[in-house]
Amino acid sequence: MFGKLNLSAIPLGQPIPLITSLVVILIVLGVLTLITVKKWWPYLWREWITSVDHKRIGVMYSALGVLMLLRGFADAIMMRTQQAAAINAMGYLPPEHYDQIFTAHGTIMILFGAMPLVLGFMNFLVPLQLGVRDVAFPTFNSVGFWLSASGALLVNVSLFVGEFARTGWLPYPPLSETAYTPGVGVDYYLWAVQISGIGTLIAGINIVTTVLKLRCRGMSYMRMPVFCWTALCACLLIVAAFPVLTATLAMLTLDRYLGFHYFTNTAGGNPMMFVNLVWAWGHPEVYILVLPAFGIFSEIFPTFSGKPLFGYRSMVVATLFICIVSMTVWLHHFFTMGAGAAVNTFFGISSSIIAVGTGVKIYNWIFTMYGGRVRFEVPMLWSMGFIFTFIIGGLTGVLLAVPPADFLTHNSMFLVAHFHNVIIGAVVFAIFAGMDYWFPKAFGFRLHKGWGIAAFWFAFIGFWVTFAPLYVLGLLGMTRRLQHINFPEWRPWLYASVVGVAILILGVISQVVQFVVSIRDREKLRDVTGDPWDGRSLEWATPSPPPFFNFAVMPNVEGEEAYWGIKQRAVETQQLSPEPQYEPIEMPVNSGVGFYTAFFTSVFGFAMIWHIWWLAILAFAAAFAGFVFFAWRDVHEFEVPAEEVARVDRARRAAREALLERLSQQGAMS
Amino acid sequence: MTDSGLPASVAAIRRVQQDPNRLGQRRHGSTEPVEGVGLGTTGPATKRIIVGYGFWIFLLSDIVVFSCFFAAFAVQRGATAGGPTLEQIVDIRRVAFETAALLLSSYTCMLSFAATNARSRLWTQIFLLVTGVLGLVFVLLEVQEFAELAGRGITPQRSGMLTSFFGLVGLHGVHVTIGGMWLATMMAQVQVKGFRREIVHRLICFNLFWHALDIVWIGIFTIVYLMGSNSTGSGA
Repeated sequence: MFGKLNLSAIPLGQPIPLITSLVVILIVLGVLTLITVKKWWPYLWREWITSVDHKRIGVMYSALGVLMLLRGFADAIMMRTQQAAAINAMGYLPPEHYDQIFTAHGTIMILFGAMPLVLGFMNFLVPLQLGVRDVAFPTFNSVGFWLSASGALLVNVSLFVGEFARTGWLPYPPLSETAYTPGVGVDYYLWAVQISGIGTLIAGINIVTTVLKLRCRGMSYMRMPVFCWTALCACLLIVAAFPVLTATLAMLTLDRYLGFHYFTNTAGGNPMMFVNLVWAWGHPEVYILVLPAFGIFSEIFPTFSGKPLFGYRSMVVATLFICIVSMTVWLHHFFTMGAGAAVNTFFGISSSIIAVGTGVKIYNWIFTMYGGRVRFEVPMLWSMGFIFTFIIGGLTGVLLAVPPADFLTHNSMFLVAHFHNVIIGAVVFAIFAGMDYWFPKAFGFRLHKGWGIAAFWFAFIGFWVTFAPLYVLGLLGMTRRLQHINFPEWRPWLYASVVGVAILILGVISQVVQFVVSIRDREKLRDVTGDPWDGRSLEWATPSPPPFFNFAVMPNVEGEEAYWGIKQRAVETQQLSPEPQYEPIEMPVNSGVGFYTAFFTSVFGFAMIWHIWWLAILAFAAAFAGFVFFAWRDVHEFEVPAEEVARVDRARRAAREALLERLSQQGAMS
Repeated sequence: MTDSGLPASVAAIRRVQQDPNRLGQRRHGSTEPVEGVGLGTTGPATKRIIVGYGFWIFLLSDIVVFSCFFAAFAVQRGATAGGPTLEQIVDIRRVAFETAALLLSSYTCMLSFAATNARSRLWTQIFLLVTGVLGLVFVLLEVQEFAELAGRGITPQRSGMLTSFFGLVGLHGVHVTIGGMWLATMMAQVQVKGFRREIVHRLICFNLFWHALDIVWIGIFTIVYLMGSNSTGSGA
């Protein structure tokens, strides 16, 4: 009746997962009770769960990402402390648990932490920066988000029911085949990643279509903000690479469920085919994360330097270059496969060449600051910390791209230090920089500056104290994923790394305190102008937070840095552009289809993991029926009356008048 | 008769002439931007273009999925593990009928869309039905092939080659089956709702999907069946 599922799936004998589970369940129950008692359900359902507004969906993506970052960070603390505690000892985590932790850490950080955050930024920003009212497919956007959430849910359910994979974040066969991993861990991984991967693909298609087909008047390609370019390139990579992941995981699923022989080491299966296929997705995935991060920095540097971005065209070319070359470097993840000198040389050179595109960008950012009036606000601190950190991470990457050197450092702690160096240095720093920068746009008030500065310095120093020792350990010969360590001479470095983690914990606490304090003091931090940083792109032309239709009248762009031009004209002429003729606006209606589908795909995934076939069939049928049911609806759009549009926009104009006055006074003084 | 009261054919010609993407719409050498196609500086594209464009991108991603299964087949083609070779399992005659059914269904699918363009519900439905029946014939022939092979003990569990053979062909079969479910849904929608804007958009997407499956099948037919059959002189 319940397939493989029975009571022994609950980890009653293991105190750590059990206590964590109980705490998490209590927190979730507490939140649900609070929502019920405060009668927030109707609001949540109307304004968030069924919302097809790209800004709301972007915020939900980011919230999901932040939650998962915290979960992944908890795993990281356990790993670093375990290794420090297990020098000539067994530590406090048994091997089968430790293996689940490093698998979950990688999977969660990349696929359920960084990805939702990056998609959140793209969703929130791309339509605003392009001067349009929504993404190309608003309802599908909601479906994509909820599928990502469904995948994240399944990963976290594995904590309470059953186990997670012990194979590493990419489940290499033959270890991940049924013969060697008969439990449900790999199945949790497969279904969670598969479901959220489909969500990501939907988001990718959506953003590509939005950027290519949905720009406001005058917004030609070479006038788009660089963030839109990076979003476009990242989503092109999603469209090209995520299907590879889907196919690869489907093959592994067939191996595990039906006894196929794609990747087995018997009967003509080919494990190295998995490694090739999965990295043909995995390497572009790195750039899917990092390109939007570059986009975020490319927005922040000009704003806080008071100058246009240096070398806009070369930035665009470098982005496209990275987009294309990132598809041709995947083999550097396994130079040791034995593909031969010629193949390794090709991939070694292509991996080094990609640093050229990145180098162009670094110089452009530095030259953007050069001669500018740099304001050291929190987003700028993260961005400058990024340049320093990322350059070192990039250089160690070039070392790893040299095949003979890679034979020595392959799968060592040097590699671990390197990819944390680039992913934290670029993606995570960009996420915090972007959060600080666009938070007022999303919520209408700024984040507290002092706590932001504290969070940056703790994170920056903590990062280096944690990971610099790992570089050393890698060169001393320590391999990754060790549950215990038999070399006491590594002790100082492992302890130093734990000190770094402690500093990082302070950073995380500062970040959380920053949120709490800012929400408490929101009236003091309120952004009434809609343009708190003296911004340059179109999102700052809207009030904070923007109305659900973004722009009362679609902007007409007449040059690069669309909003900067509008602002300068207003300052010069001492007046806003004349009030436009307001017209009614058609906006898409809310839809529960995303939530509904994701609910049933979660059930479907769970049923497949535990081999509950009848439930799987039922859930799949219900999901399909739901889709057909929603396809039947007749009303897709509703009209916002012209008076309402005018009311909202006149309020915006009033705020702009005040801003204009202030800007003119500043101009007169300087 | 159509919405505008004109005869269907006249209305259809008018619609085609007004289509901003029509070939030859622009005079040679003209560089003014075209309204409504979302290119350059003229503002967002029309809904019809956005829907079709997005679906094209989805199709490209779907073709990437197929390409992985093609790659697996290429890698594992010789991995027979002592079992039957590809040459021993290919029945080119049945595949010829399958191919004929699928290619013909693509033609009738196109006819159904021509009927949609002329806003003829009857002919749209008739051609969609014929498309569906041909698709069903294709799927049934494939099921028969798989069942026959399984009867001879030739299953994906036997070897890497058979795994990737059944995987690739089966994936296409699943796509055709899902296409059939979509087709049935579309027929019901056309019947109940007529040619509303969204319905026509969905029909465009369905057409693209069906033709894409045809293109993939041409690849499978060539690479798996033709190159795997005895007659191409593989020497088996």
